[in-house]
Amino acid sequence: MTSLMVDVRGLMKRFGYRWVLRGLDWTVESGQVVVLLGPNGAGKTTLLRILATLTRFQGGRVQVAGARLPQEATQARQRIGYLGHATFLYPDLSAEQNLRFFARLYQVPDAEARIHALLEQVGLLARRRDPVRTFSRGMQQRLALARVLLIDPPLLLFDEPFTGLDQEGAATLTDILHELAQQGRTLVLTSHDFPRVLPLATRFDLLHRGRITASLPNHGLTIQTLQDWYDTHVTTPVPEERV
Amino acid sequence: MNTGTSFWKAAWAVFLKDLIAEWRSREILTAQWTFALLVIFIFDFALEFDPRAQQRVAVGVLWTLFAFAGTLGLNRSLSMERENQCLEGLLLAPVDRGALYLGKALANLVFLFVTAAIVIPVYSALYNVSLLHPGFLLVLFLGFVGYIAVGTLIATMTVQARTRDILLPLLLFPLILPIIVAAVRASEGFLLGNPWSEIRTWVNLLVVYNILFGTASFLAFDFVVEG
Repeated sequence: MTSLMVDVRGLMKRFGYRWVLRGLDWTVESGQVVVLLGPNGAGKTTLLRILATLTRFQGGRVQVAGARLPQEATQARQRIGYLGHATFLYPDLSAEQNLRFFARLYQVPDAEARIHALLEQVGLLARRRDPVRTFSRGMQQRLALARVLLIDPPLLLFDEPFTGLDQEGAATLTDILHELAQQGRTLVLTSHDFPRVLPLATRFDLLHRGRITASLPNHGLTIQTLQDWYDTHVTTPVPEERV
Repeated sequence: MNTGTSFWKAAWAVFLKDLIAEWRSREILTAQWTFALLVIFIFDFALEFDPRAQQRVAVGVLWTLFAFAGTLGLNRSLSMERENQCLEGLLLAPVDRGALYLGKALANLVFLFVTAAIVIPVYSALYNVSLLHPGFLLVLFLGFVGYIAVGTLIATMTVQARTRDILLPLLLFPLILPIIVAAVRASEGFLLGNPWSEIRTWVNLLVVYNILFGTASFLAFDFVVEG
């Protein structure tokens, strides 16, 4: 039997007078790797931020990792790792000090050994004492990944995780994502880097005009079929509805 | 997870992080020291030829410079959370928002005390006033606690605004006016050797202000950051 890691019903979110999410229904089962696709401004980041408990919503029911939002946000936060556009890293602290701070905040057991292992995994062990301010964008992104993995969450939310990474950094991230998927973690990603996410994904969902308008299970998909499917659905007009 | 323990551990983590960040950057203390010492020297030159006026305004000058130097520190302390959207990183943690507030406020309090430790000896020498009076030190403590309790909350509210440098003093100073008035009156009373019956009202005001505004700020922090 599979359990739902994300269960969203009738989710409504607006910024000012503009509705971004219009009664969105969406589920992600435990252990799945779901890639969320959609044109710019479709609401992918907003959806991930709502799931990460960072953004409030106007209506609907949201349950993440067994915790209902916003009432049980604190419980949800213990089970969610979120890597967004910002790294959440303190530029004046070193890589090690940043991770130590988050380890204290989350009360990570055996923190020093875990920090050491993660810095090695993301290839920053040699730079562990350098201030984050001196890191390139890609290195900061790798350290942000270590920050997310530090708490060992069952649900991981990645918003365009390959942004700013060089080939080596992107390859490292891909390897880590594969490892996480093999461990049975639930991953939700937004990315248009089809070659990188195709081997990972269990399913592709299209977020368009405030709703999930199409879903494509990954049964031996090729990049071309995925691209064709995406193009077809994004250009297909979705009937406007009053909300 | 024990909620009580995690509250204090989280507050300690934030406090320690702010101290380490300041140790590495020295941005807050440098700004506060520079500003405070400049104000002292400027007033010293301005009042050089009138020792009586110097004595009369001495405590007022001191509290004014703490209020302004404090806003510099508060601004920089919260700006640190704005860079890379670190405040959101804090909000992702499964901890009570009050713990985050407490950690930030305690760190800001330490920065202000360190500034006072540098400023007071210089001030005493230039204005020929001995400030090592237990009563004055008590007033200093009470005044700083109230100022930082409210200041940390207001700085959190204004940190995302483009006009935060203006907005922070504009919102903060009307709120801390009772503290400044009470602290100046009580400090004067202690330093001039006035009877306790004359000073008590001002000290009581400081204590009541701290309890009321400290509690309100602690409780309101959650609403401010969840916005």
